[in-house]
Amino acid sequence: MKLKTLIPLLAFGLLAALLARGLQLNPREIPSPLIGKAVPAFELAPLQENAAPLRQADLQGKVSLINVWASWCAPCRQEHPLLVDFARRQPQVQLLGLNYKDQRDTAQAWLKELGDPYRAIGFDDKGRVGIDFGVYGVPETFVVDRSGTIRFKHVGPITAELLRDKIEPLLKSL
Amino acid sequence: MKALLLCLWMVAAAVQAQATDPLEARTQALAAQLRCLVCQNQTIADSHAPLAVDLKNQVRAQLAAGKQDAEVIDYMTARYGDFVLYKPPVKASTALLWAGPALLVLGALTGLALALRRRAQAAPEAFEPDSDLQDDDLR
Repeated sequence: MKLKTLIPLLAFGLLAALLARGLQLNPREIPSPLIGKAVPAFELAPLQENAAPLRQADLQGKVSLINVWASWCAPCRQEHPLLVDFARRQPQVQLLGLNYKDQRDTAQAWLKELGDPYRAIGFDDKGRVGIDFGVYGVPETFVVDRSGTIRFKHVGPITAELLRDKIEPLLKSL
Repeated sequence: MKALLLCLWMVAAAVQAQATDPLEARTQALAAQLRCLVCQNQTIADSHAPLAVDLKNQVRAQLAAGKQDAEVIDYMTARYGDFVLYKPPVKASTALLWAGPALLVLGALTGLALALRRRAQAAPEAFEPDSDLQDDDLR
């Protein structure tokens, strides 16, 4: 058999490989330009009464997980038990909440019903701080290291696999 | 009737205001260059997603505060990356995207030229005779 006759087969194989790769990528996932950058400067009023505000300085010196959530967001309800469990298992990581474009009373009721795993929650009712964090699909979760640098970002609800295979090993290395 | 006329007048006035207000025109022009992150095949000018409305308000507020168009674009790309630009910038990572169509045309034209030249140089015997044609068909 001549090499020339193999060319269509090779071309097909190459195309199939490219398409197979394409199917495994998520076109909705947008690479964040904030990875490797410092957390943006912000200061938010607390969601809960008598709690401290949440500001950029709170991220210094501790490894943090920032979870962007809202009571109107269905996938947030789905991931919430994982966060409650995470906070109990890993108390050395500070789990912070960013309550995004929500209403104070419904957000508080939501936490009363499902449990409050957050060490502090900023109330971003206008979504301004959300824009500074490049938030576009709630829920979103950020891993921030001791120096206040964003190391990882996940858009969409976290899963047990993601937590076990990616987030927790990363947190451990920080 | 009076109410209807008043209604029509108000709509007309609103449309006129939107068309003539330079700030609104600049906002719309910039919004048409920015991609909505939620409904990713729309610009934020076309989209009514809450985030698109927020970003449009952000564009308007920044322009009203005297920012240049380029500064507003920088503000958006710093948060959402080049993805937010409806027209991707020309840089190393997008070179193939921009040069791709030209490369394809070039490749096709080269292939065509080579094939035509080979055919022109080939001896007449190189062409397969139409063996299934009967002699009567030629007559």
